[in-house]
Amino acid sequence: MSSSETGHGGQAHGSVKEYVTGLILSIVLTIIPFYLVMSGVGSDTLTVVAIVVAAVAQVLVQMVFFLHMNGSSEQTWVTTSAIYTIFIVLFILIGSMWIFEHLNHNMLMGH
Amino acid sequence: MTELTNDHDIHDDHHHHEAETADRYMFGFWLYVITDCLLFSTLFATYAVMSQSFANGVTPHELFNLKFVAVETALLLLSSFTFGMAMLGANNSNMAKMKLWLMITAVLGLGFLSMELYEFVHFSHEGAIPQTSGYWTAFYSLVATHGIHVTIGLIWMLILSIHFKRDGFSNENRIRLSCLSLFWHFLDIIWICVFSFVYLRGAM
Repeated sequence: MSSSETGHGGQAHGSVKEYVTGLILSIVLTIIPFYLVMSGVGSDTLTVVAIVVAAVAQVLVQMVFFLHMNGSSEQTWVTTSAIYTIFIVLFILIGSMWIFEHLNHNMLMGH
Repeated sequence: MTELTNDHDIHDDHHHHEAETADRYMFGFWLYVITDCLLFSTLFATYAVMSQSFANGVTPHELFNLKFVAVETALLLLSSFTFGMAMLGANNSNMAKMKLWLMITAVLGLGFLSMELYEFVHFSHEGAIPQTSGYWTAFYSLVATHGIHVTIGLIWMLILSIHFKRDGFSNENRIRLSCLSLFWHFLDIIWICVFSFVYLRGAM
């Protein structure tokens, strides 16, 4: 594959088939969590897990089918920086929630 | 035969050089996008921390209308897809196709933005303004930051259409369109997290 056919992020050439696949998968992964919350079937825990799984899956679907990220050698730096970013994002999210949960526990419910 | 191959090589070299320049620009813009991810992650973290801080004010459970959010989501998801179609038009140097799909994308984006603004006005009438509680401060910070990005994307589309009118499919314009495409898909990816963790979770 010549370098004009692949590239970074949205610059790469896709195909109609690729975009349609991405769209259909995204629609399915959107309907499932919406249906679960709106209908109220299934326990709260199950619904929360389904929301998280569907969201992560849809983000991945769009990265692959809309942004054409495939981890190929032409995209080494894109992939590396993406993984680094995911790490930092998780660090910020989990770290903040963890610290504040302890803080709330100590300040409000500690006595 | 040798001559033919050489000609082909020279053409390839030129093409290769252009592609490399484009790749470099795209990587620069990609770095901006992942920094923007960090900005959004701090807003999501704030939202998570504030998710129960209602200060006896109105709660999201009372206000969120999931049918409304589903339509918003559909508009933005479709606009991400139609931008992909515009990119395919650009790849084939088909100006009419590219313009048509870009216009549809802009209309869908505008629809999304109008619904979001309507929702904000509706919420504020129900007593949910940023000053109401920690929760609503975090909600408006996060959702409005996404909305401002969408607004910038729409203005960018307008500017780019002027560029295309003037210079057609120049190498610069192709790079600009690719950057905007990356930006627009990125906004849809952020919205996936917004509707999942803010609206669906908040409505439960």
